[in-house]
Amino acid sequence: MSDLKQELKAKIIEQLNLEDISVDTIADDDSLFGDGLGLDSIDALELIVMLDKDYGIKLLDPKEGRKIFESIEVMANYIAEHRTK
Amino acid sequence: MKRVFIQSVGSVSCQKTFDNSQFLDEIEIYEANVVPAIDPAYKDYIPPAAARRMAKGIKMGIVASKIALSDAGLDSVDAIITGTGMGCLVESEKFVSAIIDNKEEYLTPTSFIQSTHNTVGGQIALDLECKGYNFTYVHSSISFESALLDAQLQLAMEEAETILVGGVDELGAHTVKIHKLVHHIKAEMVSSARLLESNTEGAVFGEGANFFVLSNQKKEGAYAELLAVDILNTLDKEDLSQSMERFLATAELKVEDIDLLVMGNNGDVVFDTYYRELSDGLFSKIPQAYYKHLSGEFNTASSFGVWLASKILKFQQIPEDTKLNSITSSKLNRILLYNQYRGQNHSFVLLQKC
Repeated sequence: MSDLKQELKAKIIEQLNLEDISVDTIADDDSLFGDGLGLDSIDALELIVMLDKDYGIKLLDPKEGRKIFESIEVMANYIAEHRTK
Repeated sequence: MKRVFIQSVGSVSCQKTFDNSQFLDEIEIYEANVVPAIDPAYKDYIPPAAARRMAKGIKMGIVASKIALSDAGLDSVDAIITGTGMGCLVESEKFVSAIIDNKEEYLTPTSFIQSTHNTVGGQIALDLECKGYNFTYVHSSISFESALLDAQLQLAMEEAETILVGGVDELGAHTVKIHKLVHHIKAEMVSSARLLESNTEGAVFGEGANFFVLSNQKKEGAYAELLAVDILNTLDKEDLSQSMERFLATAELKVEDIDLLVMGNNGDVVFDTYYRELSDGLFSKIPQAYYKHLSGEFNTASSFGVWLASKILKFQQIPEDTKLNSITSSKLNRILLYNQYRGQNHSFVLLQKC
């Protein structure tokens, strides 16, 4: 699980081009949206595509993302449970 | 009809032109066939949260426009008109590559949103909160002149008082590769100081953004008056001199009224013959200058030419490295610019000291 969290942090930084942020500066329970990393709705769409492409998880209802993308911790738990690749 | 003035300039290019307090004081010399623009400190102009989704072309456009607005002492303008030959090339390449690599699946929105040709104009408008006329011209090497002509007409007809107009193009890795394959980019590395001596096919490619605030009110600090703009999609070399004389005649001028001819020679042995038609013929006794050894070739490189001419008129000084001949003139009142790319899309721009 720890490896998956590190992997997710690295992917988010790279794919969302988060400048001045490193894997070490993201805590597992930091909010990804709002006051945390400050991601927005376009980033949410990028994350939905990433789940599908890299982990074989299709989110049919984008509203599901609100809960899943709450933090790295929540995201990693969801992926571990639902991944097909 | 109102007169039109270039009130301010802003430039990001292969030279350190983003510092408006200088005028080519230090020339960067390259040994290359592709030259990227020198990055200003983007963070000084664009919040990091916004910049993270922007490719270089958008960032260069925003910075050049902000420099021009600051130079004019304005917070906003009535209209924004952009010229770009290739638009947001990097994001377009990314998006199309993703379609191919992922077999039309897993397409993410960011590259698509940022890949359209009018992204630069849109982002500038968002930044300035300018809800006025916003238009992007995409027409190869006359994209910038098309934007300039639109701005000139609107200001002359008093449809606007201040317009931000500019040209922007960025380098994209895949596009560079293709242009090398078809020899539109030189096969060999060339020293920018000896570009016109290369005697080979193709050009040295570059990138950049040059923006100007145009106004129909002459204000203190104005760079030049824009007298006339003309564009011709096709033009035979044999008809060039006559077309130029006709263009000058519309402004009631003759060749001898021109104090400097600024041309877009790019070192392509095949197509620089157009420029030689003027430099060796009609304008052989007129001072001449060129600029693509400083800017590189790109669809809106002629906007760098207008930047150069505007600075020359304001500061009444021709940088040594831009001189094409040794003829001098006792005055610098009128500058004529001529550009074309690969024998097509010719433009004439006439500026006057103000």
